[in-house]
Order: sequence, then structure tokens, then C-alpha cells
Amino acid sequence: MMVTEINSITPLLAVLVSMIASVLILASGRYPNLREGWTFVAAFIKFGLVISMLPLILKGNVITYTVVEMLPNLPIAFKVDAFGILFAITSSFLWIFVTSYSIGYMRSLKEHAQTRYFFCFAIALSSAVGIAFSANLVTLFLFYELLTISTYPLVAHIETPEAISSGRKYLTYLMIAGVALLFSIVVVYHYTGTTEFSFAGIAGMDAIPQTTLIILFITFMIGCAKAAFMPLHAWLPAAMIAPTPVSALLHAVAVVKAGVFTAVRVILYVFGVDLMQDSGIWLYMAYFVSITIILASVYALMQDNLKKRLAYSTVSQLSYIVLGAVLITPHGITGGMLHIPYHAFMKITLFMCAGALIVTAKKENISDMNGIARQMPITMIAFTVGALGMIGMPPVGGYVTKWFLLLGAAELHEMVLIGVLLVSAVLNAAYFFPVIYVAFFKKPDHELKYKEAPLTMLVPLVVTAIISIIIGIWPDAPMMFLDIVEIAVANVTGGI
Amino acid sequence: MTGFDLIAPHLPVLTVVVPLIAGFLTPIIGWIDRRLPWYWVVLAMFVVLLIAGNNLVTVINSGTIQYKLGGWDPPFGIEYVIDLLNGFVCLIIAFIAFMVSIYSKESVKKEVPGKTTPFYSVFLLLITGLMGMTITGDIFNFYVFLEISSLTAYALIAMGDRGDGVVASFNYLIMGTVAASFILLGIGYLYAVTGTLNMADMQNILPGVYESKVVLAALAFFMVGFSIKVGLFPLHAWLPDAYTHAPSTASALIAGLMTKVGAYAMIRFMFGVFTPDFVIDMTQMTNILAWAAALAIIVGSVLAIAQSDIKRMLAYSSISQIGYILLGVGLANMIGMEGGLLHILNHALMKCALFLVAGAIFYKTGIRNLYQFKGLGKKMPVTTTVFLIAALSMIGVPGTVGFTSKWYLALGSVDAGQWIFVFVILLSSLLNIVYFWRIFDNIWFGHPHEIEHIKRDEAPLTMLVPMVILAVLCVFFGFFAYYPVHYVIEPLSEALLGLGGVP
Repeated sequence: MMVTEINSITPLLAVLVSMIASVLILASGRYPNLREGWTFVAAFIKFGLVISMLPLILKGNVITYTVVEMLPNLPIAFKVDAFGILFAITSSFLWIFVTSYSIGYMRSLKEHAQTRYFFCFAIALSSAVGIAFSANLVTLFLFYELLTISTYPLVAHIETPEAISSGRKYLTYLMIAGVALLFSIVVVYHYTGTTEFSFAGIAGMDAIPQTTLIILFITFMIGCAKAAFMPLHAWLPAAMIAPTPVSALLHAVAVVKAGVFTAVRVILYVFGVDLMQDSGIWLYMAYFVSITIILASVYALMQDNLKKRLAYSTVSQLSYIVLGAVLITPHGITGGMLHIPYHAFMKITLFMCAGALIVTAKKENISDMNGIARQMPITMIAFTVGALGMIGMPPVGGYVTKWFLLLGAAELHEMVLIGVLLVSAVLNAAYFFPVIYVAFFKKPDHELKYKEAPLTMLVPLVVTAIISIIIGIWPDAPMMFLDIVEIAVANVTGGI
Repeated sequence: MTGFDLIAPHLPVLTVVVPLIAGFLTPIIGWIDRRLPWYWVVLAMFVVLLIAGNNLVTVINSGTIQYKLGGWDPPFGIEYVIDLLNGFVCLIIAFIAFMVSIYSKESVKKEVPGKTTPFYSVFLLLITGLMGMTITGDIFNFYVFLEISSLTAYALIAMGDRGDGVVASFNYLIMGTVAASFILLGIGYLYAVTGTLNMADMQNILPGVYESKVVLAALAFFMVGFSIKVGLFPLHAWLPDAYTHAPSTASALIAGLMTKVGAYAMIRFMFGVFTPDFVIDMTQMTNILAWAAALAIIVGSVLAIAQSDIKRMLAYSSISQIGYILLGVGLANMIGMEGGLLHILNHALMKCALFLVAGAIFYKTGIRNLYQFKGLGKKMPVTTTVFLIAALSMIGVPGTVGFTSKWYLALGSVDAGQWIFVFVILLSSLLNIVYFWRIFDNIWFGHPHEIEHIKRDEAPLTMLVPMVILAVLCVFFGFFAYYPVHYVIEPLSEALLGLGGVP
């Protein structure tokens, strides 16, 4: 397939807009309404800039922009392709809703240090979009580290000793990951003389001796600890101490998806489909992530804290995405990539519901939620929608990706992987249905009056729930996620 | 003929002469008015900065500058040679000294009350010594300047914390004298063998006598002597006390420059007096250096974690960072050498910024214990932001200067097939996170009600401006490292390793 490169500054602007907003947020810290105004403006402009690139991408072009030659032969550069824009759209679109939700959440709880919160949030979003648009590993690494650093104050937000120690745990895992990633990048550069992503994998990777290649793959995957593979997942449940909007957008979408995004970039755009197949790494990796899929679901079953349960569910679902990428068949990759936005919409709905429960009903544990649906019916219906999606029940979106993943596994005659996906679906049901059951059918301990969360919170979670259904009913709508994914898949599998 | 044309041929030597004369005039200036020496020093440093900048540009454009002192032809007269290596180092010295001189105004007034005039006089002489060491092409002249810089440094350190400063200075004096003696012995040996004191001349004669045990002994003496001067582990014992107890301004200057010039001298002697094939292949000296440096990197970082005094912590961190420079040199391949040389610049920027921050915090609060930094983020937002940026540079976060050095050093280690050094570098950046992050936590995360009443109370502008400039440069050269690398570092590494032409 012919790919035309178009030079445009738009990707840089899309990254910078929230960076600039962060400065304005800091400057207007004394005027909360103005401060949140900046966040809103930045969120809309960011999404606008990202979406403005979509038509070109859908025509099969890529948009490139070299910012600066940092070192000889080591540029900071952006290259927007279909896969990148998929992640960018997901995070920048959801930022709009989470901004509204954040305002409701932070003000209802009268949280301290809100300026720092919105400041860091804006930088985190810049980083996420930066990761999405990176043209090479070094640029990606730049934003990857920035994301870690900017989210630390969000995790440690409440500043209790417990929060600080969770923050430390977060930092320890992700910084070690950063070091592993840097190591891998250095090795790639040493062997190939470049770090630029390529649709067929970086040329020259196949010259690396097999043992080194396997070690390199392992260090790369350690580097992608943001994807929360077991046994490198412990930071994610720990990060649940953060305010819920952070858990919703960052630890269900931006940060963790940055991890899987990087993993997929490495698998498909650094190693490449051919090398994955020839070296046989794909199968080991598929089995490896299968362990995470199953085990994390089991862990989720054991959690009583709703946010922790959702966190383990995220751990499990993230590995779906990587599983899809290592299946290296068009269907498998489609399923994996498509799961990035699909999981994002469903999981963010769930998290926003959990946050609404904290703010309105002051409840975090599932065992305290008897009959909570009588108090907060809309929230709990949205929650049910998200949960059904996670389990994979039509018409909510989740079944679409599961279908593609199953197709991919079936094409490869990998019965074990099919089994894993099915068992996982059962486990998902096992840890989500009790929540729904408790909320709707258990008798409340005392009489509950109807009282929903403030509208700034309620509207976003209803909208994401509705979108979760729309993408399930009509996945192949024009300019929707499936369209984008098809181009991305055609890019990477073009040679097969 | 304009005035400039008259001066232009003498610019190389003026980098030394200007601070020297300015230093001797300082007492008179101070006698006129006690507030004047600061303006005088800033002016002198600014002139030196312009000259050093001009020198480097000339070198880049038209090659090495040779200046015959008093018109005597080398090898008999003293020759000043400016090539890319010392042109580069000179500019760093001049720039850091300029920044520190601006900063010094309030800090010196508070920390060495009543002694500002002598302080500035010695300050200028220290710069004279450092500039002279860097710029000279004569090995004995080098020794003279080495002693000037050492003696002035002892004096500056002794002006610091009452009692402790004197002890630290005395400690340093003993160690420094041992080092200088080693170096002097080495110079004597080489003079005995070659009959010349001119570096370039010596480099031509030496290959004929490499078999001689005397030459080998001279190399060993130099390496030990310079290792003491740069504080290479395990010869670092003098350094933490000296850095900790010196006045803040002196700490920044000494930490930012002294060890860099020591490292420069080591590089100059290894590759500009001896030859690459001698130090790399015949004696394996670079290899030994690399391992020692790797050890220093780890030990320095680990010891830094154990400190609670911020200046002492930064001092141990310097021990580790000097290891970066020497590791790069010791790798003795193109990429590694580039990393080592680049780190001279990078570390000067970062470490100077950090010491200036420590000084500003001490100036405002009198606190040096980093566990008492609670709420500082609110009290001194600019200072602490500078600290954040410089500390992230030390950690090696991409987008800061620390990353570019780390990248080159890691890549150079891989190129050399020395995987263990890659792990050392990466491990060290993790250790840096450990010892810097606890400070971040203290500065920005306290119990909110404890820090609520804290009012903004920033350091004076003369302190803030240099700190902010350094922090901005930390980021600037993080993104635009291409320029120093392309114009200076790359041709320089080629020349040093003998891959291209003669330097």
C-alpha cells in the first residue's frame, strides 16, 4: 500500500495545547472557574486538532513533523498514523468528559491542591497524545517518562503517608520500567542505527542474534510495565488511592493504554509481524499474557473495594490488547487495537460510576452497596452497561473486540487461547454480576432516598455509557474506530 | 587599526590575565567602597566570558590557536594552545563563573560577613588558576596554575562554616598537596626523559621512549594525582567535607568547576601528552579508569542516599557524576568519549544549579537538612522549580541534559561490548531517583494544614536569575544538544582518539 507522508505542524500543536493550558492553569490558580475554563478550552481544542487529522489518515496518509534534531541522527519527531490517532482520539475525547467529571468530583469533595491536580492532568494528557504521535522510540520515551512524572502528584494527591507510599510504589515500578525501556532503545539503536518506527518493523532487527533478540523483547516488555502485565501489575491497584477521575482517565485510559500502546508499537512497528513470527516470540508472549488475563480476573474476584476490583479488571483487559497484537493475524490485531478505545469507553464509565458512588453515597466497598440502585438508579444502569460490555454481551461494545480476538485465535488453531478468552469472559461475569446483584436486588440496610451525583458528573458517565452501546451496535460506522483500525492493520500486515 | 585589532591577537592569554589583574585590583576597589567588589567581579567575569566565547568560535572556524607568551618560541618559551577541548572547557568555566559571580552578591554578604573583599579577590584568583590550567600548553606552567587554583580553593573553603570549614580546608590541603606532589613528580619524570616541557613537543618525543619504566611511572603518578583532584572513588575522602562546609558560592564554584578542570587535565594528559595507543592499548589505562569510574558511579550514588545534609548529598552525587565523565573517557570509543565530554558541560550546568539552590534555601531559611524542607514549594516556588528541573536532569529524564549524556554513555558501553557499564549507568539513574525524590516529596507534599500559613518568600533577584538561566539551559541543551555535539564534541572526540586529524 502506498503511504504518502504529509508534513504538518498539527501533531505538535495537538501535543502542546494542553502543555500551554497547564501554564495558564497554574497562573490562574486563584480563580477556580477560570482555571477549569482553561482545561475545558484545551480539551476541546486538543480534540479538535486531533480529529482534524483524521480525514487525511483515513485516506491512507501519515502526517509527519520533525520538532528538533536532539542529537545527530536522533530527532524528536512526530508521525501520525492510524494506530497513533486511534489512541490520541480515545484519550483526547475522553478528556473532555473527565474534565467535567473532575470539576464535579473535586468540588463536591472539597479536595485540596486542585490547581496542582488540573496542572498535572493537563501535562499527563500532553504526554499521552505525545506517545500516540511519536515517530520514534526516543520521542516516545520522552513522553513516557513525562507521563510517569506528571502522574505521580496525582497518585500521591491526598498526601497521607499511605498515599505517599502508594506513590512511591507507583514510581518504583514505572521508573524501573523506564530504565528497561531506555536500555532496549539503546540496544535497538546500537544494532540498527535508528529508532524510527516502521510499518514492517525496523530494518535490521532480524540481524540481532536470537538470544539477544529474546532478551531485548523481554526488556522491552518490562519497559511496558505501564501495561500492567503480571507480575509487574502491583502499581495499578496501588494507584487507586488517587482521586477517582485520575483512576478513570489515567489509570483506565491514558497511562495504562500508553503502556499497551507502547507494547503494541514495539511488537508490530519495531519487531514487525515477520520477525515476531519467524522468531516464534509471538506464541510465548500470547501464553504469557494469557496468564495475566486469567489471574488478574481471579484477583478481581477477591476485591471488595470497587475501585480495586475495577483495577484488576483493567489489568486483565489490557492483556487482551497485547494478546491481539501478538496473534499477528489481521483479525487478531484488529481485535487488539480496537480494544484500546472500546475498553476505554466501558472502563471509564465504570470508574466514573464508582466515583459517583464515593461522592454521593460515600461508599467504596461492594459489601456496603446493598440496594444502592434505589438511591442512584442512573449511575447503576450506566454501571450495568459498562459491566455487560466488559463481559462481552451484545449490544454493548465489548463483544466486538472479543469476536475479533476469537477469530484471530481460531485462525491460528490455538485452542488454548480460545479457552483463555472464554474462561476470562466467565470470570468477568463472575466479578461484575455480584456488583449488579447487590446494587439492584439486595435490600438496603436502611431506607434510601433518590439522590444522584451532581450533573457535571452524571452527564459524562451517561454519555460514555451510551457511546459504549453505539460502538457495539454500529461498529462499522464511517470514520469510527473500526475504520481507523482497518487502516492500521493494513499498514502492518501489508506485506503478508 | 582599531583597538580591537590590537587586542585580538592577545585574546587567548587575556582569559588568564583579566581575572589575574582584576583579582589583584580587588582589594583597592574594596577599599574605595565595600559594595564595589561585587560589580567588579561580575564585570571581570563578563569580560572573560566574552573572550572565552570568542576564542571557542575562532577555534571552531579556523582551527587551533597557538599563543607564544612573551614572544618566545616553543618549546623553549611557554605556549598557550587553545583547541576544541580547552576552548570548550574554558567557555564552561567562564560561563559558570559568571553565573556564580552574579549569584554571590547576597550570599557572600550573609555567609562571609566582613570578608567580602578578600573573598572576591580569591574568587578571581581561583578563576585565574582554573583558566590557566586549562589553557596552557606547557606542562610546568600547568603545575603552577594547579597550585594557584588549589591554594585559592583552600582559602575559599576555610571561609565557610565556622570551625568545620577550616578542618575541611585542611583536609583538602593535605590531600591536594599529595595530589600536586604526585603530579609534580610525574612532570619531573617526563622532563627527565624528554628534556622538554611543551605538551605537543612531549607528545612527539614520548612514543620513542614508551618502553621506559620512567614514563610508565609518570603516567601512574598523573593518574593518581588527578584522581585525587577530581575525587575519584576511593580517593574522594576530602571532597564531601570541602563541598559541605564551604560558603554556598564557593561550593557552587568548586563543585561546578574544580573537578571538571581536573577531569579536563586527565583527558589532556592521557590524550595530549601521551598518545591514545599508549593509554588505550599499551597500558590499558583507559580500561582501568572505566572500571574505577563505574565503581565511583555506584558508590557515590549509594552514599548520597545516606545523607541528610543537602550539600553533602550533592557532594556525594558529584563523586558519582565525575564517574560518568571518566567512564565515557575510559570507554575510549567514539560514542563513549562524546558522552564523557558532553557530561562535562551537562554536569557543570546541573550541579551548579543544584548548589545554587541549596545556597538560596540556606540563605532564606538557614536549613540544610533536607528532611526539614516541608512546605518549601509554597515558600520558594521559583527556587524549588529550578531544583526540580536540575534534579530531573541528574536523574536523566529525557528533555534534559542528563538524558543526552546517559544516552551516549549507555550506547558507548554497548558499542564497547561492556554490558556491565550499561547496567551501572541505568542503576545509577535509579539511585538518583531515590535520593532526589525524597526531597521532592518533602518540598511539595507535606500535610496541607501544616503548610497552609506559609507565605511566599523568594530569594533575591540576583540569586534567582542565574539559577533560572542554568535551569533553562538544562532543558535547552536537553533538546538542542545537537549544536554542542556537532560543532565541538564530535570533532573533538575524533581528534582525541586519533581517528581524524591531529587536534
